[in-house]
Amino acid sequence: MDKVKKITKMKLFLPIFSMILVMMINVIYDIASGNPPFGFFSISINNGILYGRLIDVLNRGSEVAILAIGMTLVVSASAGTDISVGSVMSLSGGLCCMLLAGYGVTNVSEYAVPLWVGMLAGIAIACVCGLFNGFLVAYMNIQPMVATLILWSAGRAIGLLLCNSNIVYVRVPSFQFFGAYCGIIPTPILIAAVCVAVASIVLKSTALGTYIQSVGINKKASRISGFNSAKIILLCYVICGLCAGIAGLVATCRIYSADTNNIGLNMELDAILAVALGGNSLGGGKFNLAGSIIGAYTIQAITTTLYALGVSSAQAPVFKAIVVILIVVIQSQPVKDYFKKLSAKKAGAKEAA
Amino acid sequence: MDSNIVLSAKGICMTFPGVKALQNVDFNLRKGEIRALMGENGAGKSTLIKCLTGVNKFEAGEIHLDGIDGPVVNRDTLDAQRKGISTVYQEVNLCPNLSVAENLFIGREPMTKFHTVNRRKMNEMAAKLMKDLDLDVDVTQNLEEYSLALQQMIAIARAVDMDCKVLILDEPTSSLDDNEVAKLFVMMRRLREKGVGIMFVTHFLEQVYEVCDGITVLRNGTLVGEYTIDELPRVKLVAAMMGKDFDDLASIKQEGSGDKSKEPLVIDAKGLSHAGTIKPFDLEIHKGEVIGLTGLLGSGRSELARAIYGADRAQTGTLKVKGKEVSIKNPIDAMNLGMGLLPDDRKAEGIIGDLSVRENIILAMQAKQGIFKKIPMAKQIEIADKFIEMLQIKTASRETLIKQLSGGNQQKAILARWLATNPDFLILDEPTRGIDIGTKTEIQKLVLKLADEGKSVMFISSEIEEMLRTCNRMAVLRDGAKVGEISGDDLTQEGVMKAIAGGGK
Repeated sequence: MDKVKKITKMKLFLPIFSMILVMMINVIYDIASGNPPFGFFSISINNGILYGRLIDVLNRGSEVAILAIGMTLVVSASAGTDISVGSVMSLSGGLCCMLLAGYGVTNVSEYAVPLWVGMLAGIAIACVCGLFNGFLVAYMNIQPMVATLILWSAGRAIGLLLCNSNIVYVRVPSFQFFGAYCGIIPTPILIAAVCVAVASIVLKSTALGTYIQSVGINKKASRISGFNSAKIILLCYVICGLCAGIAGLVATCRIYSADTNNIGLNMELDAILAVALGGNSLGGGKFNLAGSIIGAYTIQAITTTLYALGVSSAQAPVFKAIVVILIVVIQSQPVKDYFKKLSAKKAGAKEAA
Repeated sequence: MDSNIVLSAKGICMTFPGVKALQNVDFNLRKGEIRALMGENGAGKSTLIKCLTGVNKFEAGEIHLDGIDGPVVNRDTLDAQRKGISTVYQEVNLCPNLSVAENLFIGREPMTKFHTVNRRKMNEMAAKLMKDLDLDVDVTQNLEEYSLALQQMIAIARAVDMDCKVLILDEPTSSLDDNEVAKLFVMMRRLREKGVGIMFVTHFLEQVYEVCDGITVLRNGTLVGEYTIDELPRVKLVAAMMGKDFDDLASIKQEGSGDKSKEPLVIDAKGLSHAGTIKPFDLEIHKGEVIGLTGLLGSGRSELARAIYGADRAQTGTLKVKGKEVSIKNPIDAMNLGMGLLPDDRKAEGIIGDLSVRENIILAMQAKQGIFKKIPMAKQIEIADKFIEMLQIKTASRETLIKQLSGGNQQKAILARWLATNPDFLILDEPTRGIDIGTKTEIQKLVLKLADEGKSVMFISSEIEEMLRTCNRMAVLRDGAKVGEISGDDLTQEGVMKAIAGGGK
């Protein structure tokens, strides 16, 4: 009993619980349809690459996981969300492809400039976007939603402009590599893993986490205690931009083309949802990065599950919404209180007996 | 039930994780009685109030209210209000971005025929209420336009206006100046005549003896006793609160204090100002000196300190710290020069509520070290434990969230935050507000100890006695300007009062 209590009290209990819930749906479905019960977890090597639904979740979830890192920090420090990340992804990919192909060219099999120049430019422009958002929020005191709304609408448009309203294809293997496979493992999985690892090392070894949470909880008191609150908030938005840039390049490399109309479309919402599913308050303050990452993969797991169940992509959002409602309600305070009461009652009954 | 008793609580028990907050506490309040609820920080005063008003669900005990049969269960504060228990809390719990009138009538707005809020009527009613209480307030302005003191008065006016049988005032006077306290007392006496029972929590002993009829004393979550005012003179009250014979505050006596003007200058401000808050002032502070800032509330005491510290950036003048001219743009600049500021508004500018006591204590130290030099966890724990022990911060553990501590213990934690940075010049803005008398003494002793160690302290307080005990010199402020200094033989209650009042030279 004590052990159970300890586990349910853990910070990550609910995000992990939600994840397991989604996996259980898979298991039940597989049993019901007469497939092997743990089909979801089975991993095999076909044609020299890893194959399986779990791998698919990890692979497809990479972009949202990377975005969730930046979004978590932004939410914590500024009690607001950066809704421009989807657009910034598209802008970053657009600029990168435009440079690699040359302006106005729509299909190349050779780089116009070295690969690293294009990549760096894509990430740099995303950081500049973050800087712009952060400046508006931290120094102009504009509400995060409004400040990032500007690039939400303009970012994608600028990307389209850079690509001359075309889909720019870069058919070079070294470019495709970042969206394909590194040995037997999908490269996006590795990129996401590196991003998460770097973020957690930075948070562990520096006081950044304390700074961000302190500013998010009480800006005024943090300033009096010697933190430059505005600078910290700015920094969070820049990190968020950086993450959007990396995610944008991953998404672009997957389809080795800058489809600026579709890259990162509505992905800001998934990123925000990931943060919420991770048990983080969108009101800012304390944050839990691991929760957000688990949240990100949970979202992808839901999507993959729905496709596996044969739900068409047009209907999938409805079912996704239902699952999300379930998860969010489970994590809500009234439900938590209810279960607490229930277990207290049980304990009381046991004592009486 | 005695027909004269309006509120009676019996055997209230309440436990927080790791702490027995209330054990078998009784509380009785008669009609037309002002009863003080006294006790040190963490004695359970706020918890008892929260039990009475339905904020906390207590585990055992009963509450009876006049006119209601059987035990009363308040589901929440609104429910308690409907049954006639109104509360004004220690910190102003109103909406700063709504108008005064809206704040006064929130949840009970006068309606028009079309079920919309009748703003004109609401404003009229609010204006009348303010006028009745002799408050000079434009009710259509946002609440945040007014000083903390006025906001507090408005909060009380709101509670008073709701036909209440029991009015609970949880340290309403801690942010009021003498004039405003007097006004509040007039209001309280008027209510007493109307038969309202008033529970009054304060840390100012004088106020208890000025306005109360009875005293209930709590200590460590248990009831010490219920007394009439005559039964319990000052010294006995203090003894009852602390549970020991009280070595009077008078025992803090300055020894070897006095003239520090030969010591080197730590702060030398010339013509510093911040538009709208403090007019240009000159101020010199020597090593090992305790300088007091005195003046009425809103006279610019805090603002002067903030201009030096860079909390409000000084727009004119020059500042020399230890003989060197410096430019302070942000608090961190001041901190790197060895300063620290304990702000007067603990909730808004002091605590980081959702962080633990440990994190709150190491915060300023971490800020000084910079983002890349994280203080190792072992060191953080060591520092936190050291100060929890040294200042006797009452907390379940060092990882408890600071917002769960009582006000006085929060203040101690913030004080620890600054002591951890080992400052040469510490500004304490109302460090003893809302703090029990034992802790007050400790803080005053600490100030003197710091001065002994060669540190300079700027001490801001509304209590003149407290400042007289600790300060070598006082600067007097009036209407946002520094108007003079008092030192030596003029440092008496009378001398200070005269200087504050100003008038003919």
